[in-house]
Amino acid sequence: MFNWFYIEGILILVGVNLMVVLGLSLLTGFTGLFSFGHAGFMAIGAYVSAVCTLYYHIPFVPAMVLGAAASMVMALIIGYFTLGLKGDYFCIATLGFGESVRLIFDNLDFFGGARGISSIPMITTFELTLVICILAVAALTLLMHSRHGRNMIAIREEELASQAIGIHVFRYKMISFAISAAYAAVGGALYAHYLGYLQPLMFQLTKSTEMTIMVIFGGLGSIGGSVIGAVLLTFLPELLRSFANWRLVFYGAAVVLIMISRPQGLMGGMELTDLWRKFRAGGRKRRGTDVLPDEKKEGGDAA
Amino acid sequence: MMDLRKVVLRLDNVTKTFGGLTAVSHVSFEVKEGEIFGIIGPNGAGKTTLFNLITAVYKPTEGKIIFMKTVLARAAKRDNLFLQPYQVAQAGVARTFQNIRLFKKLTVYDNVLTACHRSADYGLAASFLPRHIPFTKMVLPWGRKLVRQETQLAAKTEELLKMMGLWEYRDMTAANLPYGLQRKLEIARALALEPKLLLLDEPAAGMNPEETHALLGLIREIRDRFHLTVVIIEHHMDLVMNLCDRIYVLNFGQFLAEGVPYEIQNNKDVVEAYLGKEDDAVC
Repeated sequence: MFNWFYIEGILILVGVNLMVVLGLSLLTGFTGLFSFGHAGFMAIGAYVSAVCTLYYHIPFVPAMVLGAAASMVMALIIGYFTLGLKGDYFCIATLGFGESVRLIFDNLDFFGGARGISSIPMITTFELTLVICILAVAALTLLMHSRHGRNMIAIREEELASQAIGIHVFRYKMISFAISAAYAAVGGALYAHYLGYLQPLMFQLTKSTEMTIMVIFGGLGSIGGSVIGAVLLTFLPELLRSFANWRLVFYGAAVVLIMISRPQGLMGGMELTDLWRKFRAGGRKRRGTDVLPDEKKEGGDAA
Repeated sequence: MMDLRKVVLRLDNVTKTFGGLTAVSHVSFEVKEGEIFGIIGPNGAGKTTLFNLITAVYKPTEGKIIFMKTVLARAAKRDNLFLQPYQVAQAGVARTFQNIRLFKKLTVYDNVLTACHRSADYGLAASFLPRHIPFTKMVLPWGRKLVRQETQLAAKTEELLKMMGLWEYRDMTAANLPYGLQRKLEIARALALEPKLLLLDEPAAGMNPEETHALLGLIREIRDRFHLTVVIIEHHMDLVMNLCDRIYVLNFGQFLAEGVPYEIQNNKDVVEAYLGKEDDAVC
């Protein structure tokens, strides 16, 4: 059971999920917008890149970029009409979008209809996935430490105040949504070229919710949390495989238990670097400390 | 005597109705450069609505709002023009909120840093560059711009926090600050915009007399230092009467009086609006 082929397969799936989860993390964790339609963006990335490599013999990386671009354009169109909506309504709009994308692929013969596309070149390897994931994590981290990323965080925290300090809220929501869609599309492209076939049923609503669960499980507003969430929740069903039919019940129970004990998710708002700093400071964490400077001094003396 | 100072803010016959309710009705006033202008009035008089109209959170039903030479809002029969809130902020109008609206989960430092962004303009692509490796600085012109501007932002944030006496709290989460400091942080965040006009909505709410007194000094100091014009809504009459150059009194959304503090204090209508008519008192 534990041969490399099997493990490699799971690791690639981890990478695929991680890409989508990172995208969702940007949208949900950092910009404060919930989406239940990311399977739709994943599907666009998967189908477009698969058609490019299979029918037009374009190399994988440009095909993936094309898939991401298509997904971004779609996000910009959808976002233009729906991002003016308040939180919950936007969420429902994305839900509708995700399902309609699936149904459109279901009915277009060019994309194989309900039978799907098969014999897609199986290009995705573990190494390729790893490189893309590392680049993706690095890019997102850098973005969140730039003025654009900080603007998105400000919108999550307090929309009215963000406008009052001159942030074009709608524009930043669009940017966030588009980048998020591109991440999901890259995940989709990797997925298509790992499995070698595609069918619309893979991108149902459950796929979207699964991704959202991973983001919330890992902790909103934390890139490290998203990585941990994607890794753990992709491996968990595999580890539970010996329970056969019961495994999804255990999966659900595990998620519920974690959410009860840590409602903010595993990492909730913290990054791995914060944890490291906290560990080094011996419990007196530097960032986001709850102690006033003068009180801290006393605490320090006591220690 | 003619006042030759420039007009910074002009409200011209501004009216705002919510359905059948008229919140603000035919309000007109001018605020001159460098002035501290007070807006007072009993609860529900429409003071905060006025701020929301100036900062484009609401659109006026009628009237014109002009800041320096920019029209912020104009509602005429066939000639409407409304800026968006972020455009008003970019034009140079900063505000604080009556019910504090900080970025609660961010640190004090990040709160101010985010507000400083108006002075940076590097593009989205540049933000994906790693800032701490020499490659970024050497190779690409936009990489250099990114590093330079981020350094400037950090320096500006530090200066502002030190000036406002918030530097030692920089790593605290904004929500955990004591109330008085939260108000101060909101002012710091507004100043980070480098505004020409600062709107303060009840900055002394919930402060004790000493804190209020310190706030008075602070507002004067930032006015002089940043060459600001300040419009302030406040209930502490002490503060208003000591601080403001001119005062505008609003009652039920309508003009009641305007003048220097001395005139307002001795205005019969104002006293009536606040304390009720003498006849009522007898009953």
